[in-house]
Amino acid sequence: MTESTADPVEATPFAVRDCALISLTTGLKAQNLREFCDILRRIPLESIEHHLWGRLLQPRFDEPEYNNDFASWAYHGLHDKTLAERLSMVLPTDFTDQEALRQELVEVLEERLDQCEMVPWAKGEQQFHFLRSQIVVFDSGLRFSRPVDLVPYLANLSTGSIYYHFIDARNRTAERWDDFSAWLAGCGPEYHLLRERLCGVDPYFSSLQNIRQIVAELFQTFFEEAAQ
Amino acid sequence: MSPADKNGSLLLDRYAEVTGREVIHHLQQLAAPLKGAKVVHVNSTREGGGVAEILQKLIPLKRALGIDASWEVINGSPAFYECTKGFHNGLQGMGSPIPKQLLAEYEKVNAANAEELRSTLEEADFVVIHDPQPAPLLSHCPERRGRWLWRCHIDASHPYRPVWKYLRQWVIPYDASIFSIPQFAQPLPHPQYIVAPSIDPLSEKNRDLPLEELQTVRERFKLDPDLPMMLQVSRYDRFKDPLGVVQACQLAGKLTPLQLVLAGGGASDDPEGEAVLAEVRQAAAGDSRIQVLLLPADAHHTINALQRTADIVLQKSIREGFGLTVAEAMWKGKPVIGGDTGGIRLQIFDHYTGFLVRTPEGAALRIRYLLHRRELLKEMGQRAQRFVGENFLITRHLREYLTMLLGLQSGTQGRMELGL
Repeated sequence: MTESTADPVEATPFAVRDCALISLTTGLKAQNLREFCDILRRIPLESIEHHLWGRLLQPRFDEPEYNNDFASWAYHGLHDKTLAERLSMVLPTDFTDQEALRQELVEVLEERLDQCEMVPWAKGEQQFHFLRSQIVVFDSGLRFSRPVDLVPYLANLSTGSIYYHFIDARNRTAERWDDFSAWLAGCGPEYHLLRERLCGVDPYFSSLQNIRQIVAELFQTFFEEAAQ
Repeated sequence: MSPADKNGSLLLDRYAEVTGREVIHHLQQLAAPLKGAKVVHVNSTREGGGVAEILQKLIPLKRALGIDASWEVINGSPAFYECTKGFHNGLQGMGSPIPKQLLAEYEKVNAANAEELRSTLEEADFVVIHDPQPAPLLSHCPERRGRWLWRCHIDASHPYRPVWKYLRQWVIPYDASIFSIPQFAQPLPHPQYIVAPSIDPLSEKNRDLPLEELQTVRERFKLDPDLPMMLQVSRYDRFKDPLGVVQACQLAGKLTPLQLVLAGGGASDDPEGEAVLAEVRQAAAGDSRIQVLLLPADAHHTINALQRTADIVLQKSIREGFGLTVAEAMWKGKPVIGGDTGGIRLQIFDHYTGFLVRTPEGAALRIRYLLHRRELLKEMGQRAQRFVGENFLITRHLREYLTMLLGLQSGTQGRMELGL
């Protein structure tokens, strides 16, 4: 690791947090697109959060086609590929708050309902069950004063930590940044390139294991390049 | 360090070898606020079936994390088990009215068991009651101080209404219930958690085996080394559709030579098993390529070797709470052809980690499909193994249990921040 880019910085040490998530039912389920739209209008925002990104911490196959539960159901349950494509491109980071995100989702659904002669429906066993999550956040005790110090640890961070710092952060901070990027911003201009690269990682299209690997590699490569 | 602590630490080290140290560290941190908490699990059988298998592993792990976990088993009469088998069938939608005298026996057995267990249960911080058998225990513990959870391992998505109506009265007073997948949940006036079961990678049934041991099993059961082997491991239960598996293999075998092993045991709380076994034996009679094995409840090593020997594993259930045998086979790198039902859908991602089928014909088709595409068979198996490693090991199960207990302890609905 290089010493040249790893000068001690004044920024607050990076405190690694960890989290775990458990799913609960909301008792609400939809069998057709109209029901789905009606429920989406009134469901607590935490349920929308769960289906857009909380799913990353749940047992699931790394969905090869669609990146959120709504899009996936539109395709597998309603067999409506057009809707699935549109829903999969509603990006949570594009909205200033989650109510605006909900409105956009509803807008996409209403538009699709207007276009359909018949309301798309799913078989009884493929109804959409709206879930929500409880999340426990705790301090891992790990602290890093300099970005370079993170390098050997990143590949072994828990998926809970990756979720908290890379996914959840975009939802809980005003800037919609991941925590690594936000911290690097306070560490000095020499980390600008690393921040840019981190911001270029699509957070919603990979498993947490993949994201961990990508983040670890970005840090590793950045400091190797700096050393050269 | 006390001997118990040392054993616990060694146990965690062994899991860390499979899951990575970070997974264990994560569990330790999550468990810290629950240290010393008394958690009692109650079910109706010590051996046989997925629930007992999970508890055999979950309890020592919880203890290793500093939780005072224990496991109690209720005792019942033949009439009690006949009644609870009726509940099981009824919750899975294959119902018939349960005679009043059986319901009376069910309540009587629970009352008698409550006399034995009351002080343990009333003192506990958390009580987890598994399935309908011990559900009425809560009503016999008026001085309870902890949180009570009802854990339903059964596919209750389309219950026979009279059975659910009867059971519901016992479940309503619980603080929360737990279902394996959202589809199984029923309207109840308390929080309903979703926790999928899991397998234990270190158990006798799932640990790695040397090749010589697989050869021993081939010889023991006189398996033909030149024929691909199909396998279904499950109790002889109509919902597991062993007759459908025989039919599927006979259909596929007309064009693609193969052999089938059906390996099952009995659970002490399942009185119907013998009748189903007799039907299966009759269906397979005269077909030398089909072996119907009745294995003892502790034949874990044999099952492990059979799963590792098989080319394709089937779990052609028509109803299934979760189907741990699916995850077991996938963990061993086998593609699974499973019934398109219940928790099997959570494990098999159709065409990626195996196939979901609805009929014996569908199973036959996919057997032939895979046997003619050996590279795909291998690829699917590898994907399946990776998927189980990331999602269905007992460490994930434990993480969700701990999160749930913390949620119940704090009474918080959404986000909890511990010590921040």
